[in-house]
Amino acid sequence: MGLIGLVILAIFALMAIVGPYLVDITILTVDGVTQVMHPPTAGYALGTDDLGKDILASVIVGSRVSLLVGLAATIISMVIGTLVGIVSGFYGRAVDTILMRVTDVFLVIPWLPLMLVMAALLGPSLGNIIFVIGITSWAGTARIIRSQTLSVKERPYVERARAIGSGDGHIMLHHILPNVFPLIFANTVLVAAVAILSETTLSFLGMGDPTQVTWGMMLHFAFSMGAVSFGAWWWLLPPGICVVLVVLGFTFIGYALDEVLNPKLRRRDQ
Amino acid sequence: MRGYLGRKFVQALITIFIVICMNFFLFRIMPGDPIRVLIRNPKISGEALERVREQFGLNESLLHQFFIYLKDLFSANLGTSFNYRQPVLDIVVERIPATVMLVGTATVLSILIGVILGVIFAWKRGTRLDVIGLSVSLVLYSMPTFWVAIIMVMIFAVYWQVFPLGGMGMPGVQYASAWAEVISQLRHMILPTITFALILVGEYVLIMRSSLLEVMREDYMLTARAKGVSSSNLLRRHALPNAMLPVVTLIAINLGFIVGGAIQIETVFSWPGLGRLMYTALTNRDYPILQGLFLLVTIAVVGANFCADIIYRYLDPRVKS
Repeated sequence: MGLIGLVILAIFALMAIVGPYLVDITILTVDGVTQVMHPPTAGYALGTDDLGKDILASVIVGSRVSLLVGLAATIISMVIGTLVGIVSGFYGRAVDTILMRVTDVFLVIPWLPLMLVMAALLGPSLGNIIFVIGITSWAGTARIIRSQTLSVKERPYVERARAIGSGDGHIMLHHILPNVFPLIFANTVLVAAVAILSETTLSFLGMGDPTQVTWGMMLHFAFSMGAVSFGAWWWLLPPGICVVLVVLGFTFIGYALDEVLNPKLRRRDQ
Repeated sequence: MRGYLGRKFVQALITIFIVICMNFFLFRIMPGDPIRVLIRNPKISGEALERVREQFGLNESLLHQFFIYLKDLFSANLGTSFNYRQPVLDIVVERIPATVMLVGTATVLSILIGVILGVIFAWKRGTRLDVIGLSVSLVLYSMPTFWVAIIMVMIFAVYWQVFPLGGMGMPGVQYASAWAEVISQLRHMILPTITFALILVGEYVLIMRSSLLEVMREDYMLTARAKGVSSSNLLRRHALPNAMLPVVTLIAINLGFIVGGAIQIETVFSWPGLGRLMYTALTNRDYPILQGLFLLVTIAVVGANFCADIIYRYLDPRVKS
């Protein structure tokens, strides 16, 4: 299962890296010659949109920005989550109480309205989308990292490090972080899936950067230009299928990692 | 029990207070002068600008503005919509029934189907049926909600035309009777409800299946079987009550997800509820509506979580911590 996930993601990564160079950019310009809203034909493998732009080319070009946004948002979310989790678990007491209160608030607030409100206030841009997704999706990670930190900090080597005079920062960075790292890694995969879905949804609801081609923006334009009632399946299906495949890829890897890292789970389905 | 309740209640109140603070400061700290949003005319004179500033209390200190905001909140004043020129609260309250109807039906439907399928898959674990069921749940779970909705509309409203495209009724149509209107509304409701249930059901299937599998390995199940309890009795009396517990938790955890789903589904189906209101407020940059909606929805979710906590403790007396 993990292998399938890896293969899917590798294909999309390849598409995002080299794809845009292979696509003839001219078919993305509006020339007034090509037919608009045309179903797939020879020369336009996936048909065209309302401006006569080639869908296949858009999907390939869009993969780069879509994946980049997901990746960047995931990194922000993981950094915040790890930081809050380790600091909270390590210091305990008041620091822990306050940080966990804040974490709970982020866990309970409905995520989409929060992201939408923030995105609307910041204005539509790629950077803002990344920021908004990153800042709203770290709470789950923080909780998991905190509980692991609680157990790691009781281990003898932490005590030893403290005995030879290591500072708090040093202990957190060199003794606790390496030991919670497997968990961070496993969680990254799941957060990445959520981040990709969030980008698509935010862009669809009109919070994306209209000058950039992403899968979410393609769906946004398709929906607002009436592709649904036109029955333009060639415009609506490909970007969505790409999103689903990428999310599935991440989920598969997540499951595989979970099985490796949580041996207890392995017995569950027997 | 009482001490626990009190603590949970205080926690919920603190959460709501933090949300109120966030709601206020988020809309103030964000870039851009609120006055520019209020008055969309860029050529306004400095004097008029100052007057509006005064009128809205914008030249008071931020802290003072916050107190005004709190005072207004307690008198149920959420401000006036830029677009509708009506009190925000009235607009929001008007939309609640449509959303509750849609979300409520879909949730009940998805829990029923999810629990039944989860039980079947767990009972037949490892068979082809189980594998297919799990795969479908996983794929459904990976789909953007709005995209599923779009596909449903394309299949059932555009190609087959068995259901209307969207909305809650035919605009401008005079119905022969109240009954005809109800029928029409129901017809409009079917597709969005099924779509919503489809999106929610996957998670219930997964949690029900794994929870039941876990319960079936408990010692008391073996004891019951050894005492000669029949298979169906074993499932109904001994396994299900315990296996259902995580489903209750999931309903509460899912509320945030449900709210997100409602925004997307109501947008695609033009369903005149809170979700669609949020979408139109976003596109019109109608900040008072946005702010009010965000606050009310969050309070509703926090409140529901609090209730779920209590219900869970009532259902499962083992939970003491």
